[in-house]
Amino acid sequence: MSTVDATTRLSVLKTYKLYVGGKFPRSESGRVYEVTDSKGAWLANAPLSSRKDARDAVVAARKAFGGWSGATAYNRGQVLYRVAEMLEGRRGQFVREVADAEGLSKQKAAAAVDAAVDRWVWYAGWTDKIAQVVGGANPVAGPFFNLSTPEPTGVVTVLAPQDSSFLGLVSVIAPVIATGNTAVVVASERSPLPALSLGEVLATSDLPGGVVNVLSGRTAEIAAPLATHQDVNGIDLTGADEVLAKELEIAAADNLKRVLRPRATDWTGDPGTHRLTAFLETKTVWHPTGAVGASGSSY
Amino acid sequence: MPTITPAFADVAASDGALRRFLHGLPGVDAVGLEARAASLGTRSIKTTAKAYAIDLAISMIDLTTLEGADTPGKVRALAAKAQHPDPTDRTTPATAAVCVYPDMAPTAVAALAGSTVKVASVATAFPAGRASLAVKLADTRDAVAAGADEIDMVIDRGAFLAGHYLKVYEEIRAVKEAAGAARLKVIFETGELSTYDNIRRASWLGMLAGADFIKTSTGKVGVNATPANTLLMLEAVRDFRAQTGVQVGVKPAGGIRTSKDAVKFLVLVNETAGADWLDSHWFRFGASSLLNDLLMQRQKLSTGRYSGPDYVTVD
Repeated sequence: MSTVDATTRLSVLKTYKLYVGGKFPRSESGRVYEVTDSKGAWLANAPLSSRKDARDAVVAARKAFGGWSGATAYNRGQVLYRVAEMLEGRRGQFVREVADAEGLSKQKAAAAVDAAVDRWVWYAGWTDKIAQVVGGANPVAGPFFNLSTPEPTGVVTVLAPQDSSFLGLVSVIAPVIATGNTAVVVASERSPLPALSLGEVLATSDLPGGVVNVLSGRTAEIAAPLATHQDVNGIDLTGADEVLAKELEIAAADNLKRVLRPRATDWTGDPGTHRLTAFLETKTVWHPTGAVGASGSSY
Repeated sequence: MPTITPAFADVAASDGALRRFLHGLPGVDAVGLEARAASLGTRSIKTTAKAYAIDLAISMIDLTTLEGADTPGKVRALAAKAQHPDPTDRTTPATAAVCVYPDMAPTAVAALAGSTVKVASVATAFPAGRASLAVKLADTRDAVAAGADEIDMVIDRGAFLAGHYLKVYEEIRAVKEAAGAARLKVIFETGELSTYDNIRRASWLGMLAGADFIKTSTGKVGVNATPANTLLMLEAVRDFRAQTGVQVGVKPAGGIRTSKDAVKFLVLVNETAGADWLDSHWFRFGASSLLNDLLMQRQKLSTGRYSGPDYVTVD
């Protein structure tokens, strides 16, 4: 028997699937849509999620919230760093997918992927530092010890940027989960493949199932039920156009969701901390210190 | 005490006669049964039918708390929830009953006074049923004296599995007598009966002995109500009514947590026993967390928005 040579070998096409609750389901609706590269050539079929997929993703994210928000910040940092390690191992695949999706040269795509991995590491470092930056001991006029600490908002819907299919995606997911939120991510409508592949990375990197859930499909169709969903606590509208963002913000007001409005972003630039702080709530604790002693302190 | 119809008058004349009858029941085609239950589970119930099914399911719930840690406060909270499951929407129907341990029955009776919600009490050394008949009967009388409208008894699975069918039969009859006017639900604990044939035999045994309801399980073992074992019991009550004219209710309990599951069971009821059983008098769900999921689905239907656990009470 001779070995099969490259010309006769059948191609193994990949079935892209959603990532929900740590599993890889097809869309509940059974629908798919064609994903093409920047020149219009067919790349793969991606699941066309329905509102029920969105609902299932919220259920999974809610289930994961207790464990993930309760994990120590140090532990979350370790897990996120592990994600970066896994991303590095799949570098070749992501370079190919990003090049196809965004019409970039191999070199530019590689630079975007490297930047995304670095971005992930950067946010991993923030997990146990953000509390010191935005929390603290407050001076109050009374015998109280007064402490403010940031706490995660809860389940956050993230509409990933439409143009930057991987670097932009990582830049919106990592800050949300770094602080202990769980996320339902709606991938870029035109180029969802890097996001669906990211799900495979997350599944193999100690991140508990349900912390990140990735849906692909029509952004407007999936985002509408998520914006009105009573069990979603925040929504990042980065991937919505102006008209859609306005509609979703109005819908989100119903249960007072935190809303992060879209703004023009250079994804290669310094991200700053505003995405980390966008989905945090401040908890302040007053603790009586008793009578203040002669030295001016009671401790 | 109601006597069974002439057709089955001598079935329980002796242990041998009862065994011959129960073992003479047709064997269950396990693969066919599960396939039938699964195929009925694929029915799509939408919009107005779904709204009807959700309200019907809510009205069929025996809202249950059977924990060692039950307090009077918890029972009162449950009773309040049973009467007004969704305080934000008064069109929500009340549940059928509240199900508690016998010592909590007086608390439940007081909390539910004047409402349509019944008080069901488990009895007969629930959930194991490992006590002498005298203790079981005392347990039952205690619950009835406390004001329970319904008694949920467990059969002696040990005796059943050992083949002492007459002992189980006599025990059910004795408890039925002790229960008096209260409706008697007989729990088989199907998860401990090993085979579908045994579930069919237990169903007939229970109905012959005078059960008003046959119930799958206690909710305390690994396998509780499944669509297949409930389908089997629905077939039994259908056949029993066809042969004796006596209608018996069915109550799956344990493991039914989502609206989707509940609607699947209602489809089983309608397609197997028939629409006569689509009433809280003849079909019940033994459940606690199911109610919250039904309420969230109900809110979704009325508002168009997906609801969340923040909008229903935590039990």
